[in-house]
Amino acid sequence: MGDHHHGPAKGLSRWLFTTNHKDIGTMYLWFSFAMFILGGSFAMIIRAELFQPGMQLVDPLFFNQMTTLHGLVMVFGAIMPSFVGLANWMIPMMIGAPDMALPRMNNWSFWILPPAFLLLASTLFMEGGAPAFGWTFYAPLSTTYAAPSVTIFIFCIHVLGISSIMGSINIIATVMNMRAPGMTYMKMPLFVWTWLITAFLLVAVMPVLAGAVTMMLMDIHFGTSFFSAAGGGDPVLFQHVFWFFGHPEVYIIILPAFGVVSQIIPAFARKPLFGYDSMVYATASIAFLSFIVWAHHMYTVGMPVAGELFFMYATMLIAVPTGVKVFNWISTMWRGALTFETPMLFCLGFLVLFTIGGFTGLMLSIAPADFQYHDSYFVVAHFHYVMVAGAVFSMTAAVYYWLPKWCGKMYSETMGKTHFWISFIGFNLTFFPQHFVGLAGMPRRIPDYALQFADFNMMSSIGAFIYGSSQILFLYNVIATIVSGKPVSDDKVWDGAEGLEWTVPTPAPYHTFETPPKVDASHAHS
Amino acid sequence: MFLKAKRLTALALGPVLMLLGLYSASTAAADAKVNEINMPPGVTNVGQSIFDLHMTIFWICVIIGVLVFGVMFYSIYYHRKSRGVTPATFHESTKVEIAWTVVPFFILIAMAVPATSTLLEIYDFEDAEMDVLITGYQWKWKYEYINEDGENVAFFSNLRTPQSEIYNTADKGEHYLLEVDEPLVIPVDTKVRFLVTANDVIHAWWVPELAVKKDAIPGFINETWTQATEEGVYRGQCAELCGKDHGFMPVVVNVVSKQEYAEWMAAKQAEAAEIKQLMAQTFSMDELMERGKGVYDRSCAACHGANGEGGLGKAIADSPIATGDMAGHLEVGINGVPGTAMQAFGGQLNDVDMAAVITYQRNAFGNNMGDMVQPIDVFNHKKG
Repeated sequence: MGDHHHGPAKGLSRWLFTTNHKDIGTMYLWFSFAMFILGGSFAMIIRAELFQPGMQLVDPLFFNQMTTLHGLVMVFGAIMPSFVGLANWMIPMMIGAPDMALPRMNNWSFWILPPAFLLLASTLFMEGGAPAFGWTFYAPLSTTYAAPSVTIFIFCIHVLGISSIMGSINIIATVMNMRAPGMTYMKMPLFVWTWLITAFLLVAVMPVLAGAVTMMLMDIHFGTSFFSAAGGGDPVLFQHVFWFFGHPEVYIIILPAFGVVSQIIPAFARKPLFGYDSMVYATASIAFLSFIVWAHHMYTVGMPVAGELFFMYATMLIAVPTGVKVFNWISTMWRGALTFETPMLFCLGFLVLFTIGGFTGLMLSIAPADFQYHDSYFVVAHFHYVMVAGAVFSMTAAVYYWLPKWCGKMYSETMGKTHFWISFIGFNLTFFPQHFVGLAGMPRRIPDYALQFADFNMMSSIGAFIYGSSQILFLYNVIATIVSGKPVSDDKVWDGAEGLEWTVPTPAPYHTFETPPKVDASHAHS
Repeated sequence: MFLKAKRLTALALGPVLMLLGLYSASTAAADAKVNEINMPPGVTNVGQSIFDLHMTIFWICVIIGVLVFGVMFYSIYYHRKSRGVTPATFHESTKVEIAWTVVPFFILIAMAVPATSTLLEIYDFEDAEMDVLITGYQWKWKYEYINEDGENVAFFSNLRTPQSEIYNTADKGEHYLLEVDEPLVIPVDTKVRFLVTANDVIHAWWVPELAVKKDAIPGFINETWTQATEEGVYRGQCAELCGKDHGFMPVVVNVVSKQEYAEWMAAKQAEAAEIKQLMAQTFSMDELMERGKGVYDRSCAACHGANGEGGLGKAIADSPIATGDMAGHLEVGINGVPGTAMQAFGGQLNDVDMAAVITYQRNAFGNNMGDMVQPIDVFNHKKG
């Protein structure tokens, strides 16, 4: 069989043809960061237009294109691929596997993403402009009334879905088949557990999204009327199908974030994770509940009262397993020996802000009150607390936590902490006032607003510019680390870190665990 | 800018007060509630119930938050490595874990009880004293009073804020973006049932102070209702993204005394009768052009441009339709172009307005057809 202990190929072909989980993970991470900057710059345009009442910079149609692309790029281009990248890097190293189970497919699931987003971005330059119907693309605004670029958009969604499904199948196959001897399911690190469950969610709901966009395609080009009452269809059907995908989707985004936080808090508390078993069960419960709560996004569409009650009760129940998780994290910290390096700071930021997002989520679950909150800025504030302070903060924590292991060099702690505090302040300045304007009656997705909302919007815009620019510091810190960071020689970068990934040399060699490690009690979950 | 001084103070103090959660609008002028931070309890019993429910859940969350964050910050302070602590090793406790699964469950039940009763109250559509059909259009609302005598009254309600205010060439008025040419008028202390639907895409009719938000869905009719206990002017907006001018289709509701309402309704019915009379008349070119410009600015300019230069819709200036065959032009105006955003305006404009706007389009923006359309022509075209 010859010598397999080779390093990476040279040049561009290394990246194009690679089947190495670390290379693919790296590409996912850089790609998602590029998308994060792109989606973020759309957000900057939105906030610049909303800085003052009146139309100043863009026209209303372009504004709608920005809100739409911001959502699509952030959800499908930034957050999801970033966690897939993290899974690629970490899952084989955490379970003692040499690589992902399906390495060639792994290459494909990454490489179809950049062309898809290139196409999506190119719609900005097409006649009629980019999609302008919101990231939720409700019919018939996204069918009969959409610009021609909607067809390109549908194609992009299909490609993204295929990529996600392939990525998930790979993760499921890897976790189920390639664990090192002795690594039973209940010894897996929590990040692996949350990703396993996430992957099942993805496989279950991505085809539903594909179904929704295919029905749109049929309505637009082939004369069907799935979403048009004039032909016997129903526009609300679209929303049911979309949110049957869309609600699990938000847990697809947040569950791996839970996994990251469950790895990092024990490391900096120097104490094992509290309630490992209940963490696993809580994750599974959240995943199950995510399938039966979708219509809480649709309380105002005119459902019968029995439907409203069912979805309200089911949604409220999510607070139970989510609460368990928060309590477990705090108990992990309790009577530990805490230090506050950058990854821990981002996890604590996550813990506080995600909990606030959870509270507003509970408020939103109350159907009668939601008649007032629905489609207002209160909702915008809520989901940015869980998406940004939840998913993005934990992803940032993950990068700081594992970066020394990946590249063998230490980032600047001062810059990292500065990044955290600027992000934390900027984030809250952006999104906290949005609760107020939402409750006071400002609808979401409007390019201009009444005068009573002016001050809080200006505050929000200033906060957004602060938060946005803090990401440049992040980028600089990461590049500076890779180029000229202080070398780390310890296998175990953090004294409290546990898990197989810390048993390989630093930086992690191109191939790890070519012979499976023996998992004993000391390597069990952190 | 009458708001300027107050805005600067708010900008300076906002972040501090915001954190304390104490900032109220009490300093703001009574009418324009600047920097409001909470949901309005509004002027309906349902609104009050929703507000109470909202505050109950809010305070429960605050209490839980104080406890959870209290424990967390205690730990952050006292369990720091720099204090020389040695970490404990415990990592589970079945008793505690069962407790914090079960206790939240009971808290949720306590929340679900008032939530359920409020929801049932909202869903009680019985015994409405009058019905109004609300139809969402891109980007305006149509109100139709379904009167018992069969003499229905219908009109469109358009944004009244001029483009000059939106594009910052004139000072913004007090009700910037929340003012319409013709508000919905309903009587006080009367249960009014709204039947909500849409003509094109999905809209949502929302007035925070009436505690009503309902999606307007093309092809389906949703029910909702309100019963205002105080007279006044209540303002809201479309809440569901409905295309380019989603941010520019406000809702204004005038709640008036029953007496005033009866007078207003009688006047509207008389006006409708007058339009019927006008439909039988023949107008001069000047009359049609004058009326047509008003109709164009309200109903066409958003898509076709203030000067007919086009935009979301095709240009009117030099267009093959506006400078072509009259019947073709009438057809597009009355029945729209299926499968495109060009709506059928036959049901939106009365025959007088339709005749005027078609005439206007054929003789403005450099078009110079010199021909006129009379209401009877529109009527005949509709008959086919």
